[in-house]
Amino acid sequence: MTATATVGLSDLRAFLHGLPGVDKVGVEGRAAALGTRSVKTGSKAKAIDLAIRMVDLTTLEGADTPGKVRALCAKGRRPDPADPGCPPVAAICVYPAMVPVAAAALAGSGVHLASVATAFPSGQAPLEVKLADTRAAVAAGADEVDMVISRGAFLAGDYTRVFDEIVAVREACGSAHLKVILETGELGTYDNVRRASWLAMLAGADFIKTSTGKVAVNATLPITLVMLEAVRDFRARHGRQVGVKPAGGIKTTKDAIKYLVLINETVGDDWLSPDWFRFGASSLLNDLLMQRTKLTTGHYSGPDYFTLD
Amino acid sequence: MFEYAPAPESRSVVDIADSYGLFIDGEFRAPADGDAFKTINPASEEVLAEVATAGPEDVDRAVAAARRAFPAWSALPGAERSKYLFRIARIIQERSRELAVLESLDNGKPIKETRDVDLPLVAAHFFYYAGWADKLAYAGFGPDPRPIGVAGQVIPWNFPLLMLAWKVAPALATGNTVVLKPAETTPLSALFFADVCRQAELPPGVVNIVTGAGDTGAYLVAHPDVDKVAFTGSTEVGREIARTVAGTGKRLTLELGGKAANIVFDDAPIDQAVEGIVDGIFFNQGHVCCAGSRLLVQESVADHLMDSLKRRMATLRVGDPLDKNTDVGAINSAAQLARIRELSEIGAQEGAERWSPPCELPERGFWFAPTVFTGVTQAHRIAREEIFGPVLSVLTFRTPAEAIEKANNTPYGLSAGVWTEKGSRILAVADKLRAGVIWANTFNKFDPASPFGGYKESGYGREGGRHGLEAYLA
Amino acid sequence: MPKSSKVAAPAQPAGTAESGASVRLSVRKTYKLYIGGKFPRSESGRTFVVDGDNVALASRKDARDAVVAARAAQPGWAGATAYNRGQVLYRVAEMVEARRAEFAALGVAAGELDAVIDRWVWYAGWADKIAQVTGGANPVAGPFFNISAPEPTGVVAVVAPPTLLGLVSVIAPAVVTGNTAVVLAADPQIAITLAEAFATSDVPGGVVNVLTGRYAETAPWLAAHADVNALDLTGVESAELAAELERAAAGTLKRVLRPPAGGADFTADPGLRPMTALLETKTVWHPKGF
Repeated sequence: MTATATVGLSDLRAFLHGLPGVDKVGVEGRAAALGTRSVKTGSKAKAIDLAIRMVDLTTLEGADTPGKVRALCAKGRRPDPADPGCPPVAAICVYPAMVPVAAAALAGSGVHLASVATAFPSGQAPLEVKLADTRAAVAAGADEVDMVISRGAFLAGDYTRVFDEIVAVREACGSAHLKVILETGELGTYDNVRRASWLAMLAGADFIKTSTGKVAVNATLPITLVMLEAVRDFRARHGRQVGVKPAGGIKTTKDAIKYLVLINETVGDDWLSPDWFRFGASSLLNDLLMQRTKLTTGHYSGPDYFTLD
Repeated sequence: MFEYAPAPESRSVVDIADSYGLFIDGEFRAPADGDAFKTINPASEEVLAEVATAGPEDVDRAVAAARRAFPAWSALPGAERSKYLFRIARIIQERSRELAVLESLDNGKPIKETRDVDLPLVAAHFFYYAGWADKLAYAGFGPDPRPIGVAGQVIPWNFPLLMLAWKVAPALATGNTVVLKPAETTPLSALFFADVCRQAELPPGVVNIVTGAGDTGAYLVAHPDVDKVAFTGSTEVGREIARTVAGTGKRLTLELGGKAANIVFDDAPIDQAVEGIVDGIFFNQGHVCCAGSRLLVQESVADHLMDSLKRRMATLRVGDPLDKNTDVGAINSAAQLARIRELSEIGAQEGAERWSPPCELPERGFWFAPTVFTGVTQAHRIAREEIFGPVLSVLTFRTPAEAIEKANNTPYGLSAGVWTEKGSRILAVADKLRAGVIWANTFNKFDPASPFGGYKESGYGREGGRHGLEAYLA
Repeated sequence: MPKSSKVAAPAQPAGTAESGASVRLSVRKTYKLYIGGKFPRSESGRTFVVDGDNVALASRKDARDAVVAARAAQPGWAGATAYNRGQVLYRVAEMVEARRAEFAALGVAAGELDAVIDRWVWYAGWADKIAQVTGGANPVAGPFFNISAPEPTGVVAVVAPPTLLGLVSVIAPAVVTGNTAVVLAADPQIAITLAEAFATSDVPGGVVNVLTGRYAETAPWLAAHADVNALDLTGVESAELAAELERAAAGTLKRVLRPPAGGADFTADPGLRPMTALLETKTVWHPKGF
């Protein structure tokens, strides 16, 4: 299905601005209320394992080296060396330059390899550069691409340009899954989050993702709630399911479980899987592991017992 | 499906005595004729305690105690009265967990709600009015506002402690003394409050609590030495009280029933509107006088909205009030359950289409699944009568004028809701709705600083805010 | 009340004082009811005699018609700008001032007339101020805009006291805020003369309706009338009747202004109570967020 078949490009603005508004206080209230759910014992154990399986274990630093990336991949494959029952993460997420190293380190593991691309994190590069970035990452072995939208173009109202870029990157991805980073922290309003979500989905995104992790405001529960409502409504209208990935700032098991509750009570079962929901995170994994150990051993764990990678 | 394991709040945090006397003149006393009734947990039908029934003689003693306490209490400098109220507010905060559990046990409402809504509002209410006690001359009711005397206060079972706070805090801040009668099915938090008063070293007789059923309330309201009557409850009883008080010179405020319209326009923020509808009618099992029990939805978005609403209703968690994940608790009493059932049957008989999500209800206790009726018209009884339960009637409209006409087409006038992203429409609709509280793009919000009360047969007088002082000042 | 300076008694030929040469018969005023801006006779056809004038004796059906007129006029009157209502009320003061001689002829003393006119002017000024004094923003603990504002309660039935000052002291506070009134007047001539001032003051028809006759007969109908929102009993002398009317009003939970304990002193500062007792407080919440 092509996006232009469902929404003419000339109508894009009218369509996006015709989406129902989002009341800030209301959506934040709803997210906060769901945040008070109490998930204990067996439910917590299941939630932790699911959350581990949803982690896109990420390193996106200028200082990343092959050694650092290899260590991260090893951790992603076997998060808890002491417990073979501990599931692997969903994916490792790196810069394009690190994709060859990661691809080698993950070979045969079933752990996906995601590469950021399109002049991450700002997206302020010519389209050709962005497409070359994408093609290189995919050629080097990435089966998932995390692109950024041009927030400048979006905020300037140039929806067509944002749309066309996503379509072009989608094409450059080939068979790789495309996650579209909206950088919600720069969009200013929940209304814009909803519009950007629809724009990305109409243009062919497989996933919509909140953030690069590089700006002041990253993933929040209410922003993710708005995006979940968008994928729910999009599927109801167009019959295609799109995944959601909050990224940045999710550091604790408690946080992660709140997101799972959000999925559970907003879009339901269908999204409670690593195929449809991911956490873009790094330090989250260790907290999940510590909580997991606490549940199995009955006492609190400490950071010395888990790898720092 | 992601199932949540049971997450029960411990009921052992609160001690419940086997039996309670009447709190008169700072002491718990046995009733004159020794009568008592049982209060039960509506979620299990288990007896929680035996509570004294106050007869005429007991009410007489309570009013006399309040009268004796009045001169000293009203003569106390406002700053001193203020500090008593601050003390009470603090003690309530400190003992919130006990009170929340107690309230959930006696009332059947979810612990989530007593913990996050009732108790914080109760403490806030005492804090708010504490600060007024020494500032009454600035409240706009003349330079030397005086207390009225002894206030007889009768409160309902839906928010037992919160309604106590709404009544007691302004009465004490203004220098009145009170005799309060909690509802028959929910006396325990008021009796706990008696202990809070003792902890705060409130002078004996300033607050007296008499328990019992309607008769006890009737004695109190009719007592010749009561100067001021405040009642929250049904419109029927409110009428009776107004008749009783007529000609006596007693001051009267009434906060009565409602049949609020919650109006959703086609440009509403739809996901938040759905939350507002759910909150409007299923919050507190729909045992809310200002519940948004009539959903008026613009016909052009009605189907879409109903789909969303039903999907959302299917996620409501009905069950054990003490489970921290419960959204909808038990119906407060067998009698109330019978009324909800009766009106719902009538709704179906009258041709409205009834729907509830799949919902497993506990075997013991009083339960009613969240229910919505579509295809309702203004002629249906479920669109006119207060059901006071988790039952929503859905009507449609075509234009704003029609929405307003339908919304106002009721003898009630307590609250209303309006959902639209268009600012000028909100203001115009809010202007035209005949109701005391209008929630625009939100619903069921409460605050001690915000006056609450009805138009028409929803009663008169306001509780909360500066306005709430007026009922207790001469 | 002494009415020595009244128009001549009907038995005597009037307008003959100056000279016996030019004999002109004066045109007398017919005292009828004032309903919906018109001066109809009682539907019952009944009259009674006051100081030699036949005045209309209102029936329960006149009361019913007056409520219909008051209800019809209420949304428009409440919907007028407060500035406009203030102007209209000020105009009433002008019209009363212009009728000083007529009121004097009905026995209203000059001092009382001064007070009457000044009271109208006082209330006229309240039209666009009462909301600021009794309403305002409420500082709720959350991201909400929250504002309380007074609104008229609707249709008010008033049992008016006999004096002109008493009469205006119950009518003005009722209508200045946007209510409409059905007034049961004690002194027909004074009340209908005042009604003539309303009729010539841009007060929309139905905003004030005046019924003359025996209030003990009509008041119970208004007290129990389901389309009346409030009942002002200031003019009721009998405690027993006041209690009975209050009981009747309880049937539809009307707001009731009781007769003042110890009698009313209309020369005193009325304060806000006569207005606020006939006002509702509406509180509107709205979230604040980008």
